Amino acid sequence: MHRTGELYEQYRTLEQQRETASLGMWIFLSTEVLFFGGLFMTYTINRSTYPDIFGEASRSINLALGAINTVVLIASSLTMALSVWASQVGKTKLLTIFLIATLVLGSVFLGIKGVEYHEKYVEHHIPGWNFNFEPGADAATNAHAQLFFSLYFGMTGLHALHMIVGAGLLLWLIKESLRGRFTPEYNTPVENIGLYWHFVDIVWIFLFPLLYLIDRH
Amino acid sequence: MQSDLPLYPEQASNFAANVDALMVYITAICAFFAVAITAAVVYFFFKYRRKDPAEVGVPIHGDMRLETAWIVVPLFLALTMFGWGAVVYVDYRRAPMDTLDIYVIGKQWMWKVQQPTGLREINELHVPVGRNVKLILASEDVIHDFSVPAFRVKMDVVPGHYNTMWFRPTKAGRYHFFCQQYCGTNHALMGGWVTVMEPMEYSAWLSGSSDATTNPVVAGEKLFVEKACTTCHLSNGTGRAPSLNGVFGAKVPLADGSTVTADDAYIRESILNPQAKIVAGYQPLMPSFQGQLTEEQIMDLTSYIKSLQSQPAPTKGSGVAPDAGKK
Amino acid sequence: MSATPAAVNQMPREHYLNATYGIRSWLLTTDHKRIALLYLASVTFFFFIGGAFATMIRIHLLSPKGLLVTPETYNKLFTMHGVAMIFFFLIPSIPAVLGNFLLPIMIGAKDLAFPKINLLSWYIYLIGGGFVLYSFSTGGLDTGWTFYTPLSSVYSNSAVTPAVIGVFINGFSSILTGLNFIVTVHTMRAPGMTWFRLPLFVWAQYATSIIFILGTPVIAITLLLAGMERMFHLGFFNPQLGGDPILFQHLFWFYSHPAVYIMILPAMGVISEIIPTFARKPIFGYSFIAGSSIAIAVIGFFVWAHHMFVTGESTYAALTFSLLSYLVAIPSAVKVFNWTSTLYKGSISYDTPMLYALGFIGLFLIGGLTGLFLACLGLDIHLHDTYFVIAHFHYIMVGGAVMGYVGGLHYWWPKITGKLYPEFLARVAAVTLFLGFNLTFFPQFILGYLGMPRRYASYPPEFQVLNVMSTAGASILALGYLLPMIYLTWSMRYGEVAGPNPWPATGLEWKTPSPPPTENFDVTPEVTWEPYDYDNRPDLGLDVKGAPSLAHGDD
Repeated sequence: MHRTGELYEQYRTLEQQRETASLGMWIFLSTEVLFFGGLFMTYTINRSTYPDIFGEASRSINLALGAINTVVLIASSLTMALSVWASQVGKTKLLTIFLIATLVLGSVFLGIKGVEYHEKYVEHHIPGWNFNFEPGADAATNAHAQLFFSLYFGMTGLHALHMIVGAGLLLWLIKESLRGRFTPEYNTPVENIGLYWHFVDIVWIFLFPLLYLIDRH
Repeated sequence: MQSDLPLYPEQASNFAANVDALMVYITAICAFFAVAITAAVVYFFFKYRRKDPAEVGVPIHGDMRLETAWIVVPLFLALTMFGWGAVVYVDYRRAPMDTLDIYVIGKQWMWKVQQPTGLREINELHVPVGRNVKLILASEDVIHDFSVPAFRVKMDVVPGHYNTMWFRPTKAGRYHFFCQQYCGTNHALMGGWVTVMEPMEYSAWLSGSSDATTNPVVAGEKLFVEKACTTCHLSNGTGRAPSLNGVFGAKVPLADGSTVTADDAYIRESILNPQAKIVAGYQPLMPSFQGQLTEEQIMDLTSYIKSLQSQPAPTKGSGVAPDAGKK
Repeated sequence: MSATPAAVNQMPREHYLNATYGIRSWLLTTDHKRIALLYLASVTFFFFIGGAFATMIRIHLLSPKGLLVTPETYNKLFTMHGVAMIFFFLIPSIPAVLGNFLLPIMIGAKDLAFPKINLLSWYIYLIGGGFVLYSFSTGGLDTGWTFYTPLSSVYSNSAVTPAVIGVFINGFSSILTGLNFIVTVHTMRAPGMTWFRLPLFVWAQYATSIIFILGTPVIAITLLLAGMERMFHLGFFNPQLGGDPILFQHLFWFYSHPAVYIMILPAMGVISEIIPTFARKPIFGYSFIAGSSIAIAVIGFFVWAHHMFVTGESTYAALTFSLLSYLVAIPSAVKVFNWTSTLYKGSISYDTPMLYALGFIGLFLIGGLTGLFLACLGLDIHLHDTYFVIAHFHYIMVGGAVMGYVGGLHYWWPKITGKLYPEFLARVAAVTLFLGFNLTFFPQFILGYLGMPRRYASYPPEFQVLNVMSTAGASILALGYLLPMIYLTWSMRYGEVAGPNPWPATGLEWKTPSPPPTENFDVTPEVTWEPYDYDNRPDLGLDVKGAPSLAHGDD
């Protein structure tokens, strides 16, 4: 197990090790952009094909909860950024506090998401599970609404999965932070997981308007 | 069926000779480079073979003039290939106005063809030589492709929308057609014969077996009544929906200010997804018939609506744009 | 003065193969060289599977009505042949075997940037492969490797879902390998190893890795959507539920076209290493070859819809994609011209790797040139989905990529195993492969122009002669593959000891013992020389005079 300041075998210097880890995370995030990008593209194309149904379906998801979640997530990015700062100036206690705050905010986000999903379940808006958007409407309306909800669950679900992974990473960071592992000389995991967390936040910042705000009037 | 030199199919359409000439052109250029490079490789391989085990070659790192030359020249040649191909393709994608329209439906694993008089064929297509023929292609299930090598044409048949293709047969005879997009178990059996006949023979063949009950216009009119279209689409324009007299082929003004030409695809979309394009001045009342009509029934309805082209459009309550009139 | 007589070589006492023993030391290794061998075993396994299907296909097509199997089974054969070969052999082969082994050594590093992630990517590959094998053995897969909807998502009755899951998972193996390579080339180069001193193989891997990381995620999400559509009856690509099958094709080809560059760029990198070595001179046009690799990777992302010229896509789109497809051909042409020019005034030996490299040039030339036919809109209408397309891509993927892979295996075999293979037999195999290949696939160009569609379990009788020729060729081709498998394996035990630099060649990898020690270098090298600089490498013991060699006279 690698302790503070210890150099992995394949690297020549600590600086190289740090640079490598950081570049690795950036490249990984670029693959995630393409991954989500395919979904966003599918959504955009379908939205422009069925603007009315997509608008109607979008109005049926809970804007208030979505908005609260947006604030929660942005706040969690703030606490994450603060934790990176704390690690850079050696304030270990603050680091742990901010990491825990980030985890709490992330969990709040997931909890609210769960509430939203439950609402959709009750309203029969989950595709493949007694889906019925508008009882009595023709088959086309239901089919197109199902497209919206498939993409809604696909996009927010994939995002939530990334949040859960992020939460796991935060748990690990908290554990290591409590052990005093991070110092101004060595805070690479905090920085890189911070990058990941910010990315997941940015994905939500695109998701929210696309899914919740498209046709509100 | 095949030409004397078994390297290319018979040339039986207006496209064939041009496509073959294009093939020869590109082959010639590619053969030139292939031979030149192979010759150079083989020549160098033997001329510069190692004579002494310790020998090294002459270090030549590069030459900007050569690099420029073999970028610019191939680029220029490539653009000529592109240009000629583009001309053929654009011609192929823009059917002329005066086509004989034949409907073709692909389904696993057979082809149903409907001639303009309503005469139906299975896995056979009869066409007259010298006429421009347009095929309107629809699929009932998966993606297929209608391909006639002797004509050098093909087009995918995609479920969910129409594709069209055109050609002008230039030689009487019988030619293979194939399904050319993998579509499941019997993809290889999903073909048949195109029979190109002299125009007199073709008319004779057509009228020889025309029969009122297979007339698509008649079938379409029956459906139009059965599905209660007449409830709203009154022909005198006083209904909740525009009159369809004179609409086919005309420009239609839409609620969002744009205009659209009422072709086969527009009719089909209006039946299956009416909310997509609402005619200006009308409410979005029409229900969707998705899942309630087969592709053939949609084609029958379209034939009926086409037959209303010559009916006078009412001055008020028509789907036709006021000044545009018919094309 | 001639070269020093070959000293009797000895295997180094300790090297990466014998440094540790036991199955755990292999299955839990983080040594990039051992991981390369793990991949070698797995890709060879899938090559056999894909090859078995190909054999059955060619035998079946001896007769117009089909000789061997039912249409249902035939459709599964060509599908599974494609899936196994493309995703589990061609895409990983050179990067995961040769790339993994050589990249760190070539740049003077001890390992890749992320050795544990490297091992993880092998396990991900195995898991993906497991799902696909499960699909093959429980009902098979009959959708074509292209999984077009709605056939794959609604109508097929075969084991589509596990196959789609398997390919999806395998994609992450590619992504992680690409990520590892890019980061390694950026941050792990030895002092003095500047970008323009990198071996061209490294440039090729770098370009390939760009495609890995940007393209693979898109097919991942596409297959995920298609799989979900099939499992939960959703409608993304099903027109009956408002979806669009053409959307699937766009998303699919956005990756799958760049994927073909994933398959060929590494092979081109191998050729760029072999030719300077066996012509004993620097590559002609180094920066053009390096730059053309990047150009192919970039432009390759903008040509995908040339697979869709007859879907009814807009004419403007077709014109754009056709033009761009011609543009992407130019960098490949540049490479071929540069390789050929490298032979000029070289000192050429006829060693097996050189035979593979020259065979590559010939076959890639035909494959690449026939791409120009398909990029041509007017011609593609006639040629789309015919045997012409099949011939085109096999010339590139087999005549190009596989020859590059097998040639590379031969070239670096002494480094990987410390042994030499039997040269005469190897040359016979190379020539057999070249001849067998041409006989198998050249007739298919003609079949295609005559109109024979692809993916056909039976065909009109007038196509039989060409099909029989093709099958005859395939039997010779198979021999060309079996021979190396046999003698390469034999050489691991009984081959002559190779020594550090048998050819000799100029790269950093040839400065290490054969096989190399686990940590590659005892001391981090400091690079002060240009690549392929035979003139300034006295350590190679070759005969370099001040002036160009007089052996060639004054031409």
